[in-house]
Amino acid sequence: MTVEARLGSVANYVDERTGAAAWMKKNLQKVFPDHWSFLLGEVALYSFVILLLSGTFLTFWFDPSQREVVYEGSYEPLEGIKMSAAYASALHISFEVRGGLLMRQIHHWAALIFMAAIVAHMMRVFFTGAFRKPREGNWIIGIGLLTLGIVEGFLGYSLPDDLLSGTGIRIAEAIIQALPVVGSYLAYFAFGGAFPGESFIPRIYTVHVLLLPGAFLALITAHLMLVWYQKHTQYPGPGRTEKNVVGYPLMPTYMAKAGGFFFIVFGVTAFLAAVASINPIWLYGPYTPGQISAGSQPDWYMGWLDGLVRMAPPIETHAFGHTISWNILVPGLIIPGILFTGMALYPFIESWITGDKREHHLLDRPRNAPNRTALGAMSLTFVMVTLINGGNDIIATHFDLSINQIMWGTRFGVFILPPLAFVITKRLCLSLQRADRELVLHGRETGTLLRLPHGEFVEVHEPISPEKAFLLTSHEQAPPLELPEVDGRGVKRAGALRNKLRSRMSVANAEAIPKVSVNDLKEIEHH
Amino acid sequence: MKRISRYRRHKAAGPFLLLLALLAIGTTFSVASATTAAETTSADRSLQIEEGRQIFLKGCSSCHGLNAEGAQIAPSLIGVGAASVDFQVGTGRMPMADMSTQAMRKEPLYNAEETAALAAYVASLAPGPAIPGESELNFERDGSTAEGGELFRNNCAMCHNFAGQGGALSQGKYAPTLMGVEPRHIYEAMVTGPQSMPVFSDKTITPEEKLSIIKWIKSAEKEPNLGGASLGRVGPVTEGLLGWVLGLGILIGVAVWLAMKAR
Amino acid sequence: MSNEIEAIKDPGLPAHVHRKADTDSAAADRAERQVAILFGISALGTALLIVSYIFIPDDVFIFIPVMGNQNAHQLGLGLGMAISLFFIGMGAIHWAKTLMPDTEVVAQRHEFRSPDSDRKEFVEAVKSGAGAAGLGRRSLIKKSLGAALGLSALSPLLLLRDLGPLPEKELEKTTWKSGTYLVTDPGNRRIKASDLEVGAVAQVLPEIEDPEHRKLSDIAKDAVLLIRLRPQEFNLEANKLAMTHDGIIAFSKICSHMGCAVALYEQQTKHLLCPCHQSTFDVTRGAKVIFGPSARPLPQLDITIDQEGYLVARQPFSEPVGPSFWERNSQ
Repeated sequence: MTVEARLGSVANYVDERTGAAAWMKKNLQKVFPDHWSFLLGEVALYSFVILLLSGTFLTFWFDPSQREVVYEGSYEPLEGIKMSAAYASALHISFEVRGGLLMRQIHHWAALIFMAAIVAHMMRVFFTGAFRKPREGNWIIGIGLLTLGIVEGFLGYSLPDDLLSGTGIRIAEAIIQALPVVGSYLAYFAFGGAFPGESFIPRIYTVHVLLLPGAFLALITAHLMLVWYQKHTQYPGPGRTEKNVVGYPLMPTYMAKAGGFFFIVFGVTAFLAAVASINPIWLYGPYTPGQISAGSQPDWYMGWLDGLVRMAPPIETHAFGHTISWNILVPGLIIPGILFTGMALYPFIESWITGDKREHHLLDRPRNAPNRTALGAMSLTFVMVTLINGGNDIIATHFDLSINQIMWGTRFGVFILPPLAFVITKRLCLSLQRADRELVLHGRETGTLLRLPHGEFVEVHEPISPEKAFLLTSHEQAPPLELPEVDGRGVKRAGALRNKLRSRMSVANAEAIPKVSVNDLKEIEHH
Repeated sequence: MKRISRYRRHKAAGPFLLLLALLAIGTTFSVASATTAAETTSADRSLQIEEGRQIFLKGCSSCHGLNAEGAQIAPSLIGVGAASVDFQVGTGRMPMADMSTQAMRKEPLYNAEETAALAAYVASLAPGPAIPGESELNFERDGSTAEGGELFRNNCAMCHNFAGQGGALSQGKYAPTLMGVEPRHIYEAMVTGPQSMPVFSDKTITPEEKLSIIKWIKSAEKEPNLGGASLGRVGPVTEGLLGWVLGLGILIGVAVWLAMKAR
Repeated sequence: MSNEIEAIKDPGLPAHVHRKADTDSAAADRAERQVAILFGISALGTALLIVSYIFIPDDVFIFIPVMGNQNAHQLGLGLGMAISLFFIGMGAIHWAKTLMPDTEVVAQRHEFRSPDSDRKEFVEAVKSGAGAAGLGRRSLIKKSLGAALGLSALSPLLLLRDLGPLPEKELEKTTWKSGTYLVTDPGNRRIKASDLEVGAVAQVLPEIEDPEHRKLSDIAKDAVLLIRLRPQEFNLEANKLAMTHDGIIAFSKICSHMGCAVALYEQQTKHLLCPCHQSTFDVTRGAKVIFGPSARPLPQLDITIDQEGYLVARQPFSEPVGPSFWERNSQ
């Protein structure tokens, strides 16, 4: 029997027991558009699988306990040192379990790549407008996954109970403790008493390996089911419309590519783990609250938060026998809260501004949505500035700067640079639109000079292909919303201020270089 | 003379001179170290002090004052001891090249003999920490790595980082890396507190404990990279950078190849 | 609206271009061989992993340019694993790209919105269902259900109560008492004032009966940094100056911002710097904050000496140490 025939009989077997034939037939031929940027989400998904596999390996030896033990393992510089069982077992994994250090490093690198891929994927979705109707819900699930990822990553960073972990937990405790009214109670409940206590690591272990992965699985499943059901978005181009999907069928091409890509992601993670050391916990030593290392930083996805906390002005309120630490609450909770809420609500805000309630399956080229692109650039600039401040001590020593300079630079930069990025990006988008228009109208510059009979030199322009011309003009250019301030009977409408704001934003949003129409082309021919 | 200058342009002249210079340095050094080891008579010592004073007057007095009493721009050296001179001059920090934020480690300007003379002169001004001898620096015998690690994390890691790689201080100052620093200089730094560094008294950190710290530093320095390239041992900043650049970078590269149509 | 602008027409999907392997069987065979070679490299990777696991002891180091001395066992395992996985992926993708169908397929989308009749019926069904349950009319039911649901959320919260004890006044207490000796950390040796030279620092803890079993949660509040200056270098109010002893000043080492150990003492500038968020404290002015996010000076411990000259605390900390919290009363 050939392989094909054998697989055929497997399909037969499955259908006779489930009746899945109709559904399977349809879905095996499901079409997926191909573009490298569509694989960023896949990197995140595969990293998650790698995290589950490597994490399970680590749980076989990790002992999530803060019971005090005396180290008797094979790493001499810590011989006889008192430490928690958690730290001792993390050392055991690193030194006595063969391949244990490799797995630890795979787990940590996969976590960094997981978060990086999530962020890169979100950037792709945002800048191409893939979050628009009907995908707002999936965007919100994505924000949920990002948030969970940050928390999950931080807990993982905290588990080995080395000096760096403990410093991170100390800071987390200070944030909990700073909450008005309930702070010290919550801190005492979370830590089972005074910091650091002996309960925190066992507790966050359960959250890290059970609760959050479970939540991840549920959200990822929902995320993927929605992608499947709503079909993937696609980039604009000839033959691609809001009504179709152009790509490759799931079976076999896409399956082979996606399956192969999983091994690529795993391979690259293993490669990093083989050649680059990550979190050498044995050098940090066990955590005790009286010790600290210079350059104590969180992993990168928390670095921007740490940078915000560093640049916060020293403000506390002392009144009526109570203290409120604005220097912790504002950068640690309020600003991130606003940022994440804003991100989650963005699809609704945009559709409110544009008044667009239609479905969108064709992606925008970022230049054709200048306001959105500028807003994205602005947010990224904000995060970059704070991230730089989060590593200011390392930057200072490596680039001969002073932490005070960097701190002051970023304190101002965080207000000045994001709006600047907005303006520059918007102008850049508009000039790219202008370049597109030129290209469609006058064709491509060939670099060949032609001398006209009367002696003038002109550059020969070569008309672009109809496909290219279509690509550059297929986007929509909706006029701004018209929101009359008075209704039909001359009465001022309710919510005038809101309407005014809305139409202002709508006008700004609709700013564009008119795209080339057939009429324009005809006009040029006449000349 | 003529005969020598005839060979000046000879092919082997360069290497030969180099050899000669090396020999000279080697000899001076062995003589110098021999003199510290051997019993030096008081006559020798006063000779050395005088020699040190001469060097001091030429190279140091413009900032530290003619009698090492200090001035606006430089501290008094009375009572800082020989250890301080040996550290500052021996690591090339003094004389300072420029008056910027902090004295940097560089090639020492004075050779071992001159440094010893300077140290003897400064030590003669007022008692202070002496240069530890070979027998006092036997950290391999007298130190304990694990104990040293604990002391290091308590007293040193906050400035010099968990692996002794150095770290940032305020206003552009920094704690230098401890990798490749001679045990004697580490010891002297702890007892004298050079520049921004505080003093670690022998009563709060005993000489044995200091040797333990040195032993731990040397063990961290020798420790090969157990898990791959060290990335500078400075924590998550370089790790995050590599994760984005190399990790996600390679993956995006493969993704671009994957989505490209085959020909 | 202005008159419609005529958009440039969609020229349609470009014609499919055949790959070499589609038309040339030799090229297809070559592609097959390439795929097989990629899978073969993967197998070699697995072999490398097995060899490294079994035959390379974990104390062998090899020098690799750029990376320095590397553990051969770890490197062999990692590279073996990386090669074995990466090249399976490369093979599969190369296979898909060169030999599997690459004709672009067009599938149609359907609007998610249901036909109007269905929508109408659906909305009606929801409405009549809600109406039949009387959600609109029976407001007592609605309100009491809301209240019950809200209240029921309290029970799991209440059950979490035993996660930890109440903080009481614990956050404000430390082990330091009047007459507690200052001892070195680590070492637990008492310190004489004369042990510290000018410019010296010492990490200290309160002396306790059983220093072998000092709790981390105590260190988290008790850790103190001793610094000796020249007495004339202080610029302190009289009551703070009285808390020093002969130029020796003691501060809580736990940062008043987020609780990291503030122990970066710069001897020349007399500044203390916290490595976590770079709050900078001026020791000569009683650890006044001169830079960074911390809003309060570090609490100062009142110290003196006993008859033999050993340093002791004259009284406990007069304010809570460490990061702020709601109940903290410090005007």
